[in-house]
Amino acid sequence: MTMRAVPLALAALLLLALMLHLPSAVSAFSADEALDDPAQEARALKLHDELRCPVCQGQAISDSNAELARDLRRIVRERIDAGDSDDAVFDYLSDRYGDFILLRPRVKPTNYVLWFGPALVFVAGAGGLWLFVRRRRGRGAESAPAPLSAAEREELEKLSRDDPA
Amino acid sequence: MTERNGDMPPGEAAEDTPQEATPQETKPRRRLLFILVPAAFGVLAAVLAWQLETGTPDKIPSALIDKSIPRFDLPPLPGWDAGLASADIEKGGVSLVNVFASWCGPCRIEHPLLMDIAAQDMLPIWGLNYKDQPKDATRWLNQLGDPYTQIGSDLSGRVGIDWGVYGVPETFVIDAEGRIVYKHIGVLTRKDWDEKILPLIEKLRQ
Repeated sequence: MTMRAVPLALAALLLLALMLHLPSAVSAFSADEALDDPAQEARALKLHDELRCPVCQGQAISDSNAELARDLRRIVRERIDAGDSDDAVFDYLSDRYGDFILLRPRVKPTNYVLWFGPALVFVAGAGGLWLFVRRRRGRGAESAPAPLSAAEREELEKLSRDDPA
Repeated sequence: MTERNGDMPPGEAAEDTPQEATPQETKPRRRLLFILVPAAFGVLAAVLAWQLETGTPDKIPSALIDKSIPRFDLPPLPGWDAGLASADIEKGGVSLVNVFASWCGPCRIEHPLLMDIAAQDMLPIWGLNYKDQPKDATRWLNQLGDPYTQIGSDLSGRVGIDWGVYGVPETFVIDAEGRIVYKHIGVLTRKDWDEKILPLIEKLRQ
């Protein structure tokens, strides 16, 4: 019995250790202190979704558990608390981390290709297709023999009259 | 009659040429299109494939290049005389700013190179101790050596964020006017130093 109790006690200890560790893992998520004003906090959360975590890159800072993401979430709240507009918050962060940090790229000359390129390619493709189809149809009409001119008809008549001779 | 028949072919040919000319003219243009479109696609695909293979998405270009260094004033590590402020860097001429932390494994790899550069006494190396416990940092420096001219302790990481730091180590090259000229992300190797950083420093000093 006592022999079996040892591993059992060890397992219990391990479980206890895990349970004691859990709060610290959870606190990594809950370290964020919400803003008092619910409207401001809602804005902060919205902005968190639109900012990219420079460490994890594929994630928004709202999704990321990276320490830097947490720092950035706090900075967003601080800027909002200081009265910054959404754009001012984006400016603040893109001044430091570049446009990379914006998950929704801005519409500005260096990004025109990104924003309007696909539409341009579509228009060019549609235009090309339209031209292609139109020309094809045009050629189909052309391929039917052109009506004979008056001179040609006369000649044809003359030839058919001559023929039996 | 035979004469007439003989006359006919040239007459026909003369009438046919304008009709045939249109398809003949469009043919080379069409052929060109058939070459150009796949060629354009091929070039685009090659560029994208090349970027996919050789691009470094983990290295974000710094937004601070050609800008003045951010303002800051950081306290020293315990036992060190001076902290680090932007004013120190501005007075120091061409210099390096190295972001490091004792918890950062790769920092240990580049540390001997920083010691080497410091031993040559060729330019100030400013240390930004990023999100590090001061006592860990001092232990690290006492154990491995201190290559830094001055070190600022950025415990909260706020100054690091002003510098756009997102991973340590990072090394910045600062010109004599206090502008950020270059940012190296990750371990600074001997090759990086010989081929990129040192030539850049020499150019900045001319």
